Amino acid sequence: MGAEKVAVGIEIEARRRNVPVELVRNGSRGMFWLEPMVEVETGAGRVAYGPVTPGDVPALFDAGFTTGGGHPLSLGPTGEIAFLKKQQRLTFARAGITDPISLDDYIAHDGYRGLRNALEMAGADIVQTVTDSGLRGRGGAAFPTGIKWKTVLNAAANRKYVVCNADEGDSGTYADRMIMEGDPYVLIEGMTIAGIAVGATRGYIYVRSEYPHSIAALNSAIATAYERGYLGPGLLASGKTFDLEVRKAAGAYVCGEETAMLESLEGKRGMVRFKPPLPAIKGLFGEPTIINNVLSLATVPIILDKGAEFYKDFGMGRSRGTLPIQLAGNVRHGGLIETAFGITLREVMYDLGGGTASGRPIRAAQVGGPLGAYLPESQFDTPMDYEAYAAIRAVLGHGGVVVFDDTVDMAAMARFAMEFCAVESCGKCTPCRIGSIRGTEVIDRILARTEHGRNVRLLRDLCDTMLNGSLCALGGMTPYPVLSALDHFPEDFGAEGAKVA
Amino acid sequence: MLTPAEERSIARILEEKRALPGALLPVLHAVQDEFGYIPAAAIQLIADGLNISRADAHGVVTFYHHFRRARPGRHRIRLCRAESCQSMGAAALEKHVKNRLQIDFHAATADGRYSLEAVYCLGHCACSPAITIDDQPYGRVTPQRFDELLAAETGK
Repeated sequence: MGAEKVAVGIEIEARRRNVPVELVRNGSRGMFWLEPMVEVETGAGRVAYGPVTPGDVPALFDAGFTTGGGHPLSLGPTGEIAFLKKQQRLTFARAGITDPISLDDYIAHDGYRGLRNALEMAGADIVQTVTDSGLRGRGGAAFPTGIKWKTVLNAAANRKYVVCNADEGDSGTYADRMIMEGDPYVLIEGMTIAGIAVGATRGYIYVRSEYPHSIAALNSAIATAYERGYLGPGLLASGKTFDLEVRKAAGAYVCGEETAMLESLEGKRGMVRFKPPLPAIKGLFGEPTIINNVLSLATVPIILDKGAEFYKDFGMGRSRGTLPIQLAGNVRHGGLIETAFGITLREVMYDLGGGTASGRPIRAAQVGGPLGAYLPESQFDTPMDYEAYAAIRAVLGHGGVVVFDDTVDMAAMARFAMEFCAVESCGKCTPCRIGSIRGTEVIDRILARTEHGRNVRLLRDLCDTMLNGSLCALGGMTPYPVLSALDHFPEDFGAEGAKVA
Repeated sequence: MLTPAEERSIARILEEKRALPGALLPVLHAVQDEFGYIPAAAIQLIADGLNISRADAHGVVTFYHHFRRARPGRHRIRLCRAESCQSMGAAALEKHVKNRLQIDFHAATADGRYSLEAVYCLGHCACSPAITIDDQPYGRVTPQRFDELLAAETGK
């Protein structure tokens, strides 16, 4: 959005006016409609201004913004902005506050306290703490993190691995990117804790090639961590070892599937593997491997710092802790909302998001990425909790929420889901490889009103085959957006469809 | 065919990366970063260097959308087609860009100046629609803003 130009503008203007300014390029707070946002450290705390363009800079200096002076762009104290105030930031505690690549800044803001605690503990106790916290995989599958770790801990092997899945391919999601670019050390710390917990000595972060800035931020942070003894042999004089390396993905959505990612890391085509064996038993290069999403691993340090009980106190039912929701699409106030499980979509989209950007009514929201269901207005009050969403045949996934106004054509969105699956299928299993192509054709026939009723039934039958017969979530979940669009918005598929369906 | 200098580049890359576990993707990235694409003639050299079959190397190159097999334009434009960007007018932007550059996805302009690629999510979904020009991301791109960016960033 032009933050670098604003930063350079401030530096030039400060020099010209002889105003001493210490400029820090910090990460995002996740309030994208206010960006580029400039925060000023004042005696009374941080004061925010935004969205700032390079042209606004002289006027901001005129208004004395370096001491928190009033200006039309002033947002007041950052912490008091309603969007932020309503959140509970645990995983994102430092995002937007610290200088992302400064290790000293990280440590000054409670960084590496979790690792120091972990180094005093036995591996099994670390795993137990993670289990007790109730943390579940934030990548989308919501598998209990501690159980996965325990399997790897108990697997006997000479070599074990920790792999971070940072192939954040879901459209409408960007929380992984915000961690990697805004607080990379928290991910490094989380992976290091995972390594010492299960006896793994090597970690890989598999980052998508669409995220060049994330790769640069991680590489810079990893280099500093090595220099200062936070990675490598003799980890903080503990005698333990953990090595970490970034690997660049190559633009295949299916490589976000854990076994396809392992194949890719091994230098092969990203073809999904059969399970079992589980990666926790036979993973990367055939060795026991922890595979977790960025958010899961980045949440581990605060759990080890403040304890399982602290984290568990947030949330509802079996969904404990906080969910980083990424609000996107046609919404006025898009951004990152980290809050305890149990908030509703209506609160997220209206109270925090302020409705659509276009000013038109919200018609649907897709939750959980391109494989997530489309929710109609009648489901906006369902609490955001893994089980409650499963009960309405929807998923929270990686926490992405994409808002659509009433101009959306839901049949076109359903067709797009099939088209996307066809482009991204790894090709190993037939329901996904062929089913997705046939799916687009059937939807085309429905929209052309060719044997409408019969083709709607055929589409449902095809979705059933994909749902139950696919090897992984790509083919297995493509029916979620398709069927939810068909069930909740039959009028977009032709009026006849409403009756037949 | 590769020039002797190009062959030396590939040999150097192989020398640097050969020892990495699962070296093929890092090698291909390094080749593409240097050449802009994966030349057909490079595949045999890479396969030999890593002691894998040419078919295996070819299979990997063709599997991943990121790897190009033809020389791209001097400026690479990537346009997001995913849901969030669609909700904010990505389809109209796509039409405008194709019309403006007179090319379809995965092609380069006749003068070799631009190439256009479709991507599914750049992770800037709260600032949809999003594009990148030479790996630099831009958000809230209207057709008009696209023209301005093109002029400002690539001098046209």
